[in-house]
Amino acid sequence: MRRLINLKRVEARRIYLTYFVVIAAYVICQTMSSTKMMSSSMRGMLVPICAYMVMAVSLNLVVGISGELSLGHAGFMSVGAFSGVATAILLQNLLPFAPVRLAIAMISGAVFAALAGFLIGIPVLRLKGDYLAIVTLAFGEIIKSILNNFYLGVDSAGLHFSMLSDTTRLLPGGQLIIRGPMGISRIMKIATFPAGFILVMIALAIVFNLVNSRFGRGFMAIRDDRIAAESIGLDVTKFKLTAFVMSAALAGAAGCLFSLNYSTIVANKFDFNTSILILVFVVLGGQGNMLGSIIAAAALTILPEKLREFSDYRMLLYAVILIMTMLITNNDNIKAFFQNILPGSKAKFQKEESDA
Amino acid sequence: MVFLNFFISGISLGSIYAIIALGYTMVYGIAKMLNFAHGDVIMVGAYVCFYAVARYELPPVLGVLIAMLLCTFLGIIVERLAYKPLRQAPSLAVLITAIGVSYFLQNAALLLWSSNPKVFPSIIGRGAYKLFDGALSVSHVTVLTIVTCLLIMIVLSLFINKTRLGKAMRACSEDKSAAQLMGINVNATISLTFAIGSGLAAVAGALLCSAYPTLMPTTGSLPGIKAFTAAVFGGIGSIPGAFLGGLMLGVIEIFAKAYISSQLSDAVVFAVLIIVLLVKPAGLLGKQVTEKV
Repeated sequence: MRRLINLKRVEARRIYLTYFVVIAAYVICQTMSSTKMMSSSMRGMLVPICAYMVMAVSLNLVVGISGELSLGHAGFMSVGAFSGVATAILLQNLLPFAPVRLAIAMISGAVFAALAGFLIGIPVLRLKGDYLAIVTLAFGEIIKSILNNFYLGVDSAGLHFSMLSDTTRLLPGGQLIIRGPMGISRIMKIATFPAGFILVMIALAIVFNLVNSRFGRGFMAIRDDRIAAESIGLDVTKFKLTAFVMSAALAGAAGCLFSLNYSTIVANKFDFNTSILILVFVVLGGQGNMLGSIIAAAALTILPEKLREFSDYRMLLYAVILIMTMLITNNDNIKAFFQNILPGSKAKFQKEESDA
Repeated sequence: MVFLNFFISGISLGSIYAIIALGYTMVYGIAKMLNFAHGDVIMVGAYVCFYAVARYELPPVLGVLIAMLLCTFLGIIVERLAYKPLRQAPSLAVLITAIGVSYFLQNAALLLWSSNPKVFPSIIGRGAYKLFDGALSVSHVTVLTIVTCLLIMIVLSLFINKTRLGKAMRACSEDKSAAQLMGINVNATISLTFAIGSGLAAVAGALLCSAYPTLMPTTGSLPGIKAFTAAVFGGIGSIPGAFLGGLMLGVIEIFAKAYISSQLSDAVVFAVLIIVLLVKPAGLLGKQVTEKV
């Protein structure tokens, strides 16, 4: 808390604004959904939107703050999803109270994803730029392939797992939880919108605290100039690995929340396209800007739904909107135009320039 | 003999990857962007070729030529409309735009040609050469693929190294502003690169669908990603690297399918890529750039 008060005012204001927007959005959505003002398709999207928000915030930590392009973020999501859901199923009889089970499942998902992030991070973070990006893509695909061929079962003798084909040889009464390419089915949907909201708040709190700490300054120093940061004694690998593992852990929790909202999950759901989708949230929301990530995640998840009236042209329109947004936000004339019509922003822009 | 059979099909698949990877690597070398829409240009090329050959019953050679022509135009138009305004923009913005273009092409294809898979007629028939009393069978498509790939490789190397335009391309990839000062039209050179890459993608599309005859709007994405991997494998930006990377990737993939597990072949391919990059961080033939402080 003291740290937040000590922050530069602009930064503190931005952080409080982010929390405020999230809380306000939650209150509005919760009232709308309980007073039946929200359509059922929208209600069904609340939990996925929360999960995507956490994914976007966690990827923003790697891409925006730490400055490394990662194209395999969905891999961590799927590790978290599978381990978390498996945990939830194992605990089904032990813990009848769903919220506690959900919390433990998410923690388990986060731990497994963090472990995966740690193992992957050690080799990956030795590389730079586009090479790092392609290796994260490769790891995402490897995780997908492995989970597609992974079998996990439980019986009275404990846990059994096998690869490629089901050789778990469960005792009678045993239950096969993860069934290779069929994934996990008959999941009890215990993810709720309030839980999603809490996860978003936790993710924001973790990321903001990390960014405004010694670690965060280290991430940004390394992002801006690796060599200079190294020369003043920053342990580059340690800092990068911290960001990477943290981001993987949050993605794991988000993956767990996401899949506990559906009755079936398969590894193919978390493929390269999902990684890209989350990257789009981050870039569109602005790198390093958590509020932007959150808004972009919500907007781009709702957009395809809202475009439904254009039926077949829906995804085409989505693509056009995506391209146009990138073109417009990077157009110098339009930037200048907005600075002219918004008198305050020009001064602010120049001030930010001189601050930087 | 079984080993040789696998090896030849690996080389054949690798040749297709190599042709696609050439497009990736040339665009990367000159525009420093990862063109994720490249895989979908392959798909468009394959569809155009399919309609020319199967519907309008044109000779296959003409079909491939039409596909090349249209894809070349497509490449130039996409570059003009989507990438050129972003020359000065951060690389991530360009990456997202490329992804947008990829979505656009896939969904446009979905609307134009529906999602039903089409059975692609082989552009050269389904025959095979039988060697060693039939112990080794090499299909015509395989031979055509390998020969085409070698031909493209030779012509492209000559073009890049011996002609004025090739020299301009090399100059642009090294230093754009210096190239401009030397009177090279940088924008035209970049357009040319996209044109060549997209034209090659059309050839790759026709060959890919002759060997694996299912054609869908998403046909191009996975080969696109694999070829991108191949380009990085060989050292992105390097043309011989793309060739070598493509061939090796194809061979590794087929061997992994045959001797390890067909379900895990993709994982094996990507694992080899990771190991190669850890030993040689700039790929097999990539230039190791030392940073100056």
